[in-house]
Amino acid sequence: MATATETPAEVGAIQEFTVTVIIRRFDPEKDAEPYWQDFDVQMYSTDRVLDALHKVKWDQDGTLSFRRSCAHGICGSDAMRINGRNRLACKTLIKDLDITKPIYIEAIKGLPLEKDLIVDMEPFFASYRQVQPFLQSSSKPEKERIQSIEERARFDDTTKCILCAACTSSCPVFWTDGQYFGPAAIVNAHRFIFDSRDDQAQVRLDILNDKEGVWRCRTTFNCSEACPRGIEVTKAIAEVKQAILRGKP
Amino acid sequence: MTSNIALDAPRSPSARTKRGVNWEKWGWIYMRVSGVALVALIFGHLFVNLFLGDGVSQIDFAFVAGKLSDPFWQWYDFFLLWLALIHGTNGMRTIINDYVATASVRRILQGALLSSTVVLLVLGTLVIFTFDPCPAGADPELVASFCADIL
Ligand code: SF4
Ligand code: FES
Repeated sequence: MATATETPAEVGAIQEFTVTVIIRRFDPEKDAEPYWQDFDVQMYSTDRVLDALHKVKWDQDGTLSFRRSCAHGICGSDAMRINGRNRLACKTLIKDLDITKPIYIEAIKGLPLEKDLIVDMEPFFASYRQVQPFLQSSSKPEKERIQSIEERARFDDTTKCILCAACTSSCPVFWTDGQYFGPAAIVNAHRFIFDSRDDQAQVRLDILNDKEGVWRCRTTFNCSEACPRGIEVTKAIAEVKQAILRGKP
Repeated sequence: MTSNIALDAPRSPSARTKRGVNWEKWGWIYMRVSGVALVALIFGHLFVNLFLGDGVSQIDFAFVAGKLSDPFWQWYDFFLLWLALIHGTNGMRTIINDYVATASVRRILQGALLSSTVVLLVLGTLVIFTFDPCPAGADPELVASFCADIL
């Protein structure tokens, strides 16, 4: 579908294409079922999928609904399924996709669809809250809570989570069993379980040692593949499993 | 690419309230432990049956009967049967849990799975321990060599 509208004179020049995006639309007040709608947009090779959505919303169809805030991969509000993979629209460059074919964009799966690309995130945050994702420490130091570089390194990876839900909504276990805590909740529990300053690791391990806890993980690796922050999600889950077996972090 | 299955909203308050013995943890441990044991058992089984002696061509009624009259191979096969069958059943159970969204269908499939496993375990164990290597009136050519002493 893409035709280079002009031949770039110099190598590395910004190219312009026409890209077809096919978006899964749903308006709960009008539609019984979601449907696919296509739009042609002019894009530059420096553009991201988020820019394509903006062009559609601003120039073609103002009813298109999606979430975004920072547009720079840090707020975690625009996770969506792009060509069947969970990605942040603001971190996915058009030129990295195969633009000879249309780009399919739909809401993340497994959470209730509200409108177009917006899902109800409450179930996701409910399980996040359940793992007590905050520091609980009884010590009252004079100045600060000292932590060595090694102690900090144990949970460094999981501090990077931006709660975009790309992992949880890519998990086949979560798709059929919405009771499963999901990778993101486990990642954020991991962040505090392995924090030497925190006292309540055991409580979180007990919470996750549940029928719907870490044992539900089938090491499908979809979550690691989906995470826009590059967190080794499956590894974090495995570390929590090990900690539960050991009985301590 | 579409998902039109009508599912309850995730984390609807129905489940996740009942606690009790956490079988999932033990199931997970069982899969790892039995997996390691099975690697050894299965390769031992393949090695003895297909490689030692005359290899594949040695397998006939007499060969199997000879093995099943030796207590060592009886217990070997017993562990192979139980570990592998329960390992496979637990795997199937988790697949059903993962992919069958309707509670009633899930219960039917898991019931069928459980009953077929029990039947197979009972039958298999029965065969292992009650196998008659020298059926009366059998052709001496076809049965194990030691049958000549009994018959
Ligand atoms: S672990 Fe990665 S994919 Fe999952 S919510 Fe956090 S940032 Fe998003
Ligand atoms: S808009 Fe903030 S992460 Fe993409």
